[in-house]
Amino acid sequence: MDFSFTEEQTLLRNSVQKFIQDRYDFDTRRKVARSEAGWRPEIWKQFAELGLLGAAIPEDFGGLGGGPVETMIIMEEFGRGLVIEPFLSTAVICANAVRHEGSKMQKEQWLPAIANGDAIVAFAFAEPQGRYNLADLTTTAKKSGDGFTLSGQKAVVIGAPFSNYLLVTARTSGGQRDTNGITLFGIPKDTKGISLRDYPTVDGLRASEVTFENVSVSKDFVVGEVDNGLPLIERVVDEAIAALAAEATGGMKVLLDTTVEYSKTRKQFGTPIGKFQVLQHRMVDMFMNYEQSVSITYMVTLKLEEEAKERAKAASAAKVQIGKAGRFIGQQAVQIHGGMGMTDELNVGHYFKRLTMIDTQFGNIDHHLKRYAALSGQD
Amino acid sequence: MDVKFSPAEESFRAEVREFIAQNLPKDLAGIARAEYKTRDDYLRWHRILYKQGWIAPAWPKQYGGTGWTLTQRYIFNEESAAAEAPIILPFGVSMVGPVIYTFANEEQKKRHLPGILSGDVWWCQGYSEPGSGSDLASLKTRAVREGDHYIVNGQKTWTTLAQHADWIFCLVRTDPNAKNQEGISFLLIDMKTPGITVRPIITLDGAHEVNEVFFDNVKVPVENLVGKENEGWTYAKFLLVHERSGIAGIARSKRSIERLRKIAAAELIDGSPLIENDEFARKIAELEIDVHALEYTELRTLASEAAGKGGGPASSILKIKGTEIQQRITELVLEAVGNYASPMARHLADASNEFMPGPSHAVGAAQTYLNMRKASIYGGSNEIQRNIIAKMVLGL
Repeated sequence: MDFSFTEEQTLLRNSVQKFIQDRYDFDTRRKVARSEAGWRPEIWKQFAELGLLGAAIPEDFGGLGGGPVETMIIMEEFGRGLVIEPFLSTAVICANAVRHEGSKMQKEQWLPAIANGDAIVAFAFAEPQGRYNLADLTTTAKKSGDGFTLSGQKAVVIGAPFSNYLLVTARTSGGQRDTNGITLFGIPKDTKGISLRDYPTVDGLRASEVTFENVSVSKDFVVGEVDNGLPLIERVVDEAIAALAAEATGGMKVLLDTTVEYSKTRKQFGTPIGKFQVLQHRMVDMFMNYEQSVSITYMVTLKLEEEAKERAKAASAAKVQIGKAGRFIGQQAVQIHGGMGMTDELNVGHYFKRLTMIDTQFGNIDHHLKRYAALSGQD
Repeated sequence: MDVKFSPAEESFRAEVREFIAQNLPKDLAGIARAEYKTRDDYLRWHRILYKQGWIAPAWPKQYGGTGWTLTQRYIFNEESAAAEAPIILPFGVSMVGPVIYTFANEEQKKRHLPGILSGDVWWCQGYSEPGSGSDLASLKTRAVREGDHYIVNGQKTWTTLAQHADWIFCLVRTDPNAKNQEGISFLLIDMKTPGITVRPIITLDGAHEVNEVFFDNVKVPVENLVGKENEGWTYAKFLLVHERSGIAGIARSKRSIERLRKIAAAELIDGSPLIENDEFARKIAELEIDVHALEYTELRTLASEAAGKGGGPASSILKIKGTEIQQRITELVLEAVGNYASPMARHLADASNEFMPGPSHAVGAAQTYLNMRKASIYGGSNEIQRNIIAKMVLGL
């Protein structure tokens, strides 16, 4: 049993930390988020040069050959930096899907393209009616000739405005919510028939509503098995949850530290407000929420390679914990900062917004409590 | 990072499991402490572990410890909990024992450690007083030196199982003029000494677990002073922070949740098992998720200690979260048993056996719930724990 990091992992963390400090300070991030482009393509290139995009890609395919722990380290530091670029959908979700079940061609062509920064991928899985059910799909992919024809609409595709590929879930057979009959596709975004309406999100990212109108797709773009894509989709979503948990702990730590420091300097009634016991206990509760979130992030990260049920339980447990902790820490950080916590100028509100949105992604607290309970009921 | 156990650790686990399976008396497994009827019930398992040499895993080997690694100790705790073996009373082995081998003189070590290990001497803890709870350092029990004795006068309270105890370790005030923490000494007192009176306190669950202990001109030989006069607070603090791992009671809580699941599977709501009810399943899920997180917090603490870096800041939350979880489990068992929470299980309190209505899993559910309210009060209340974290960890 060992919770220490290897020398390489520590170096990786140091280099991400330094990069965020140098290139991703809060004011720059705020300006970029409000710029027309909404992101910095040159930052993406630097991610590639630092090896971050291929951190969890095997060395044979142009990556650094790391795994979930490397992803966790990067995401935690990205959480501290409120990183906008679509690292999660590209270097975690898409890279993992191809690594697990991609064809030889996909592994040889797509993985190096992700690692070197050429392929920027958004994950188009949610639908307007589907809420958090990954199998509730009205987007269809009908067999036509040697390939498929896709039609339908995808909701809140984070990072789609910056991407040049879409990883898309679609129904190839069965009824709207059947667990069978689902297939995963990797498609160039400029394929004829795909249209996007882009918009900003409250946490400073960009997303799109994506419409597919009779989009012709080669069978070479199918990732994994036709009609049996759900297990792969669930796996990469669980891996994404582990990464999001790490991102959340990064944000929580900033809020905790910022709030504790503020309470030592802000004076009311002639005393630093951090001397008031009611606020001390509140901050201790923030601290406990943070530590429990770190613990459960370790747990899910170390359980990603276990069999599907154990992995899924760990992911749902983590999503519940970080959802609750993120809400509590975010709300209390704003509360203890008082009026200043309500401003756009201070970073506190920006972390609060990101933590709030993290709970809405890939299933919120309620969704994952239910999923966890259902999986436990199978014991 | 890696949470796997080594082959050697796995074979150690098998050895422990086998030993417990062979040696744990059937009538002691899974029995709540409140159901013990005799002094011997408390001590049988203690003596079996003593004979095996496993009674004090946390002690240095030279004093009778096992020489196990922290991971082995963790495995031993897990296996003990899984088999629902009795909890070893902490007062001797976990509390006064470590104070004695750390701070006492050779004479005292020779005299007291063997009885603690064998279970022949039962210890109780004389800390709290009627006027000194969370503010322990305000304690007033006086010890005045007269020749080669101290004369002790005063009162201790909430003294757990003092009715069975042979000895009591006491914090007493030896210098009334010093600042609160500075005039306190650590005394070992034979409970048979004239002038000591033990009076039961019946708690809200009907149990006799705690007592008041009165000292009326009690003569205590000066050789029973541990360490230096007026430096007892240092030893008391040492005792409070000693052996943090295990304080969360994770292994026991996991076992209790398994029990809760069985109860909820047997209880019906509108004709279906309660465990299939969305609301109740959700409550169990939330509890289990809390346990998962705390288990990893404990593992992080353990790994940090094993690396010689101390428990780290995360260790400070073990008592608070651990007791919150223990209390929550008893709440959910109480909810699960429904109507049959009501009958008073008299035998829990006074060893009489009489008719108990309802399923056996409901017996004592309410009393256990009531009894466990103590957990967030003892050992430094959870509010005091928060004060400590605010000061020591957050620097407030």
